[in-house]
Amino acid sequence: MELQTFAEVAIAAAVKSVILVAVLLTSFAYMTLLERKVMAFLQVRLGPNRVGPGGFFQPVADGLKLFFKEELIPAEADRIMFVLAPAITVIPALIILAVVPFGPPLNVCIPTAIGQPDWKWVCYNVPLAVADLNVGMLYILSVASIAVYGIVLAGWSSANKYATMGGIRSTAQMVSYEIALGLSVVGPTLMVGSLSLREITQWQADHYWLVLTQPIGAIIYFLATLAEVNRAPFDMPEAEQELTAGYHTEYSGMKFALFFMAEYIKMVAVSAVGVTLFFGGYLGPFLDVVPNWMAAILGLLYFFIKTFVLLVVMIWIRGTLPRFRYDQLMRFGWKVMLPLALANVAVTAVAVVLFGGRLG
Amino acid sequence: MSKVILSSLQLVIASGFMTLELIIFLALAVIAVAAAIAMLASSNAIYSALFLVLNFAVVSVFYLILNAPFIAMVQVTVYAGAIMVLFIFVIMLLGAERLRRPDSRLAWQQPLAIGLGLALLGVAVFGLLSRGGVAASPQPLNPEVALTFGSPREIGRQLFTGYLFPFEVTSILLLVAMVGAIVLTKDEKKRPTLKSQTSKK
Repeated sequence: MELQTFAEVAIAAAVKSVILVAVLLTSFAYMTLLERKVMAFLQVRLGPNRVGPGGFFQPVADGLKLFFKEELIPAEADRIMFVLAPAITVIPALIILAVVPFGPPLNVCIPTAIGQPDWKWVCYNVPLAVADLNVGMLYILSVASIAVYGIVLAGWSSANKYATMGGIRSTAQMVSYEIALGLSVVGPTLMVGSLSLREITQWQADHYWLVLTQPIGAIIYFLATLAEVNRAPFDMPEAEQELTAGYHTEYSGMKFALFFMAEYIKMVAVSAVGVTLFFGGYLGPFLDVVPNWMAAILGLLYFFIKTFVLLVVMIWIRGTLPRFRYDQLMRFGWKVMLPLALANVAVTAVAVVLFGGRLG
Repeated sequence: MSKVILSSLQLVIASGFMTLELIIFLALAVIAVAAAIAMLASSNAIYSALFLVLNFAVVSVFYLILNAPFIAMVQVTVYAGAIMVLFIFVIMLLGAERLRRPDSRLAWQQPLAIGLGLALLGVAVFGLLSRGGVAASPQPLNPEVALTFGSPREIGRQLFTGYLFPFEVTSILLLVAMVGAIVLTKDEKKRPTLKSQTSKK
């Protein structure tokens, strides 16, 4: 049975949202540990290993520490915006994955009319995405485009010149790379002929992973998202040597933790979207031959492994490359990424018209 | 308290006086109008810009209610995500958050603006009344049409067939604006560049 009535759809969406947010928050905690461990490995150190086995409970200790720190608000700050900015930063990071399918549809059975003699199981075919929009890709781009507000407002409301500079830099950087980001996902959209991430995954199930014919799109997507989430080597808004800590210079305690959280959740989110667009999402071997519940678990596992690999690559890049200079960053964005992305779109469009269905 | 509100809402919906759609519409309309008024009344330019963003966000939800998800997403991406970010960028860069007292040379514009605004409102009300008023909620469309008419596929087809000429004219207009912006800022070569600054030292 499909989800039909308003109540069924609403309850399913609520349950899936809660699970998604819980998973993202946990992934944030363990992303910090993963990053420190991988960085330590790259720099031939041990990394955190005191709290719990192999440092497993380090994120808990960090969270508790940040929780008990004093929260400072600068006297000159715009108090309303100063308090709101961390929340505005976290929300887009949490909602961006709502349209991504994490696994094949799962059959969920719940008992109805419990306690009465004629109770029975009712089974629903639940898609493992919070929402399947026919404009899913546009949804992701629009959420990514409003993600910049939190950082800008944090910088502005702090009444600190370093923070303001960080905020202004991040605006210029994110607006610049958004164009390349938007163009990089046009390629897959043209090939599939749909903006729905479910259909993009389905197309890859029927044909092949899109990275095979869209390698340039995949690379541009990856680099543009590094800049969008302010990761090294594009972490200009928080360049320590120039701006102390950029937009979050004045933040402390849990408010600082929220910025930290947003950055890591955004990393997870853009990796998950990249996996769905270019690396077949939850697809992998044996999905068709195993029973439904096992297919869902396998799908989730494949999705997790692929996202994990992308995340480790991101950390690896941070451990390897020095930070760009600001003018280099801008030149790279406008003079290399943008023309390449445009050329990729043009070539893909011509190829789709010329070869049509034979591309698949 | 919330239980009372909920049950009375259910009563209102059950009685057929209001649909769920209309209740959502009214709630959003209040937010939209309040945000628009706050945008005008705020003395801080950053807050004005943010209230405008809120207004755009609410309008995009209206598009969603009207079964036009494509336009809703474009509304957020283009207006809230691109244009307003640049507005805020410029306000922050110039440090122009605090509005000064309005220039006395522009004082004559105030009554004129009020008059023109009222005239526009009058035209809108006249237009609605001459159509014989409005229904409390929009007439339900044929469900098949409602599901597809706002889809990206249909909008793309319409843009590149029936509305190709206006579409191309708009794109040329945007191109001209872009070239104009580049030409206007081209003058900056006269300013000291990084190289000339470092060589002075």
